[in-house]
Parts: sequence; C-alpha cells; structure tokens
Amino acid sequence: MSETSSGRKLDRRGFLKSAALAGAGASLSSAAAVGQTAPDPLITEVQDWTRYLGDGVQARPYGQPSQFEKHVVRRDVEWLTVSRESSVNFTPIHEIDGIITPSGLAFERHHGGIAEIDPAKHRVMINGLVNKPLVFTMDDIKRMPGRVNRAYFLECAANSGMEWRGAQLNGCQFTHGMIHNVWYTGIPLKTLLDEAGVKTNGKWVMPEGADASAMTRSIPIEKAMKDCLVAFGMNGEALRPEQGYPVRLVVPGWEGNMWVKWLRRLEVGDEPWHAREETSKYTDLLADGRSRRFTWIMDAKSIVTNPSPQAPLKHKGPNVLTGIAWSGRGTITRVDVSVDGGRNWKTARLDGPAMPLSMARFYFDFDWDGRELMIQSRAMDDTGYVQPTKQELRAVRGLNSIYHNNGIQTWLVRGDGEVENVEIS
Amino acid sequence: MSRFRKTVLAVAVLLASVPALAQSVKKTGLGRVALPEEIAAWDIDVRPDGAGLPAGMGSVKQGEEIYLERCASCHGEFGEGAGRYPVLVGGQGTLNKENPDKTIGSFWPYTSTVFDYVRRTMPFGNAQSLTADETYALTAFLLNMNDIVKDDFELSKDNFAKVKLPNVANFYPDDREKTEKAFWRKTPCMTNCKPEAPKILGRARALDVTPDDKTGPRVE
Repeated sequence: MSETSSGRKLDRRGFLKSAALAGAGASLSSAAAVGQTAPDPLITEVQDWTRYLGDGVQARPYGQPSQFEKHVVRRDVEWLTVSRESSVNFTPIHEIDGIITPSGLAFERHHGGIAEIDPAKHRVMINGLVNKPLVFTMDDIKRMPGRVNRAYFLECAANSGMEWRGAQLNGCQFTHGMIHNVWYTGIPLKTLLDEAGVKTNGKWVMPEGADASAMTRSIPIEKAMKDCLVAFGMNGEALRPEQGYPVRLVVPGWEGNMWVKWLRRLEVGDEPWHAREETSKYTDLLADGRSRRFTWIMDAKSIVTNPSPQAPLKHKGPNVLTGIAWSGRGTITRVDVSVDGGRNWKTARLDGPAMPLSMARFYFDFDWDGRELMIQSRAMDDTGYVQPTKQELRAVRGLNSIYHNNGIQTWLVRGDGEVENVEIS
Repeated sequence: MSRFRKTVLAVAVLLASVPALAQSVKKTGLGRVALPEEIAAWDIDVRPDGAGLPAGMGSVKQGEEIYLERCASCHGEFGEGAGRYPVLVGGQGTLNKENPDKTIGSFWPYTSTVFDYVRRTMPFGNAQSLTADETYALTAFLLNMNDIVKDDFELSKDNFAKVKLPNVANFYPDDREKTEKAFWRKTPCMTNCKPEAPKILGRARALDVTPDDKTGPRVE
C-alpha cells in the first residue's frame, strides 16, 4: 500500500507527539482542570488534515488501522518455543476494548505453521462408526441448512502457564494474551454427523487438521452433538488463514487446542484415541506425580488489562480500570476488583452483552491519588464458581501443571504510574 | 373450553411427534460417499489397543539408523533434545520433582501415541514421509532408548499392544468438580479479607525475560 501524501506531511508532528508521550511517565499530570497558559496551536493553527484533501475511496480497498496504531499487534516471546512454526503469539488485550477481538489481533498457535489452503481443494471427510462415510466440499458445507452465528472465547489451556512458579512476564499480553473472542459463522457439527449417521456405539469424535501437524483430539460425542460448530467465518468474513481457513472446529468453553483448524476429517469411534496432544501435552501434572487428563473445560478467569505493565497510569484523578472475564462453564455474572491486593473488593460494572461461553467486559471507574495500588480482579460465573487465588490453585495442583492457570493476577501500580507483575502474600 | 383445550393439546402432541420421527432420518443429501481408498489415505490414526495400525515391522537396530539420519539433528543423538527441541528419553522419577522431564519413558501413557504422532507429523517439516516399517522401527528404537524393550526387539502389528509404558496408571480423568469444589463458594469475601496488607513476594522484572519492542513487528 502506498504511503499517503498527508501521511508524509505528518511525520514531523508525529515525531513531536511521540516525544511528548515518552516524557509522560516521568511527570504525571495532577488532577483535572489544569489551567492552559498559552493557546494550543493544534486549535489555533489550521492543521494539514483540515486544509488538504485526504485519500479518496478505494485508496485502501481492504481497510487497515490508522498509522498511529501500528504498535497494536500480536507479539511473541522468543524464548518460549524453539521454532517459529510450532509456536504461539499473544493478543494485545491491553489495546482493545469491548468483547470482540479484531481478526488480525487474535493470537496464533500453530504446531506446523499456517496451512495455506485453496478452498476449492479442501475436503472434509467423516468416517469411522457412521452409517455412511462422506466427503464434503466447502460448497457442500456452505449449502448446509441451519447456519448459525455465535460469539465464543477461545483460550489456550497454556494461557498464563508461565506464571505457575511466580511472576514472569511484565504485560497482560504475555501473561493472559492466549485468548480471543470472535463471532463465528458456521453449521452445528451435529448437522454433519447426522448426515453421515452416527452408529449407536459411536461415543467419541476425532477432528483432524489438514496442516503439517495433522492435529487430532478426542471429543466425547455428547459435546460434539451439543454445541460444537464447523465454522468458516469469523467476525463477518472468512476465517483468517492463521485461524484455520477455510474451516475450523469450534468447541465452546473448552481448551483451544481442541478447536482443530484447517479441519479436514472427523472420525467417529467407540474409545478416545489418546493422541499426543491429550497425553504428552494438555494433561495436568499434579504435585504427587500423577496427572489429570481430559481437563477440557476452561474455568472462570479474569484479568485487568488497563492499567497493566504495558498500559501504565499517566494521570492522577479520574481513571478507567477495565478488563475481561470469561468462563467455560457458563456465563460471567460478576467481576469484583480490588486495589489493595485482595483485602477489600468492589463489584465492577459489566458492560455489553453477557453471553454464555463468551468474553465479558468490566469497568471500574476510579480516582487515583498517586498511591501505590495492588490491583486484582475476580470473576464469577452462573455455576457459582469463583476465580481462585494463585495460592489456592497451587495448594491443590502444585507447580508443575503448566495448563489451566486461572489464578487471580496482581498488578502493582507504583507511585510514578508504572505497573509491574508481582506475586503477593 | 377444557374439551377444546384437550383436543388442541392432543393434536399438538401428535404434530410434535411426527416431525420428530421424520427429523431423525432427514438428510440434506449433501456430500458424497467416501471411497475406501480415500479413507485409507487419511485414516492413519492409531489407538492404544492397536486399532488403526498398518501392516509392518521394524527393529531397534533399524530404528537407530533412521533416527540418526532423520531425527537426531533436532532430538539429539541420545534423545536428549538439541537446543530446546523435545527431550525423548530419561526423566524417570522426576514427575513429582521440580522441573519434571516428561519424556516417552517417564510420562507418555501409550506406545500408540508415539507411533501415531511420528507417523502423522514427523520428521518436522517433512510430515507423513516415513513408511510403516520405518515408523515401527523408530518406535522400537525410542522404546529401547527408554529401557522399555531390549536391544534385539522387533516391533510389529502383532506384538504392539503388549508393549506397556510405565506411567500409564498415573493418569485419571478430570476431577476438578470434586477436588476443587471449594472454588464454588458463591459468596466470596468482600471486606477485610486478609489480616494485614499483602507483601510483595516476587517481581517479574527480577527475571527480566519480558520481550521488548525488538520482538515481533517493529514499532515505528
């Protein structure tokens, strides 16, 4: 895409703006209604964008975010994984609001890189314990009756997995960014299974990916028939390649690894397969050396995204504390916030639709007087589950679990507004 | 009125039951029958009981040769893992210790998982290029490296299900609703929940492992 003429003219002003921002952390502005001594040239002078014409239509046939939002991107932690193809990056949850994750910011987790598949060359097979093994084209799938649209969160079971032994990463993007929440368009998995006709001894379904990891997981038939989707759309457009284009499985409320991308096959069986991703990985090693398996459900969890280490406080006085909450067991009913490390709690305001197995957004408007804060949030769902503290989780599971860390996070806000990831007593 | 209501109800029940029966057999007719050759090409998964295994066999010795040629550059000559690629060998007795080594020998519950995973994804970057015999041989070699079979062992479809991995009994189904029942507490504490102001026990910045702006796309 070509650099716009107005964009070039803005360079000098852009530089001045970022220089001003860089100094912001050092000197906090105090309370509101600060008197302005000299007139603001941004108001008194006619700006370039006011004087000159901007780009016309079709200069940006597929729209991109503003050039001033280039820092809002997925990021990775290089030391986490040995290869780029089997790796993960993180949603910048501190830079987005509401409950829907923009498609280009939804975190990626691949085990064999991004499969680039021509939808005309994609096939979906159903075989195993079915009356009639079938092959579908993408056209077939898009002609299926009963198309639905649903918003669901997808959280990697390893989200916050680096934090089991203590505070590791300074940024909610890194500690909690293996999550996204998008609108899916697709058909119920049940529709495909019914078309093939599941035999009475068919108790498990195994989705398989078409990528170089040929990902497989075992899903109980009850879940497959209840609410799983075969999705080809996200946020109103086709799935992104990194999210499984042309078609993926949606397994609401359950760990992200099961949501097989680039879905090419569904096998029905009478027993689980015990694939690598449900034995060697995605099992929870407990303190006694034994392991839980088939820990599919993602428990209720929340995180304050602002303020957080990547989003420090810049001003005393009025501030907006916000964050996200979700539960794989149902609907988020309440989020409490503490600014004194969990001694006292206040209930935050939930805003936007509260949908089952979808993300919720909470706000807590507060005045900051420059005092040190220890910020926490605590989610509750409609089953009565209350997000536990990290200490409570460790007491049950030990330190070797890796997966399913939904413990309460603490952010230390220092007097200068900078924020740190800390562990507290 | 009540007679009318009864009649309406009866009709409603009748109407409801008829489509329900019809629905269970209603098909869209979309898709086509999968051919046996197509199913055979994609259905390569193997279960712990050996279901799905192809015909074939391979020895520890053959496996060693294949391993050194096609696997050792990442997994190390002795399965110790080169760089940070996965360790395949050792780790017995570490599962209840700090930094457990979860290898095939120490952690994996089933031999079939090794065979299935190698067959579908390995070598990394050249997936599904190994023959059935090569996959048997590599599985045999990895079992041998983990002291599960002897040096002269040969793995085949026939003896596959007899090979047991030592950690198989140490997995159990999700029991969170029982063992973590305390987390369903309904009325959590709201005020004076801790006797004193919390103390800081650890800081992420002490580790200094958070990526900076050099990671990921450059920020301009």
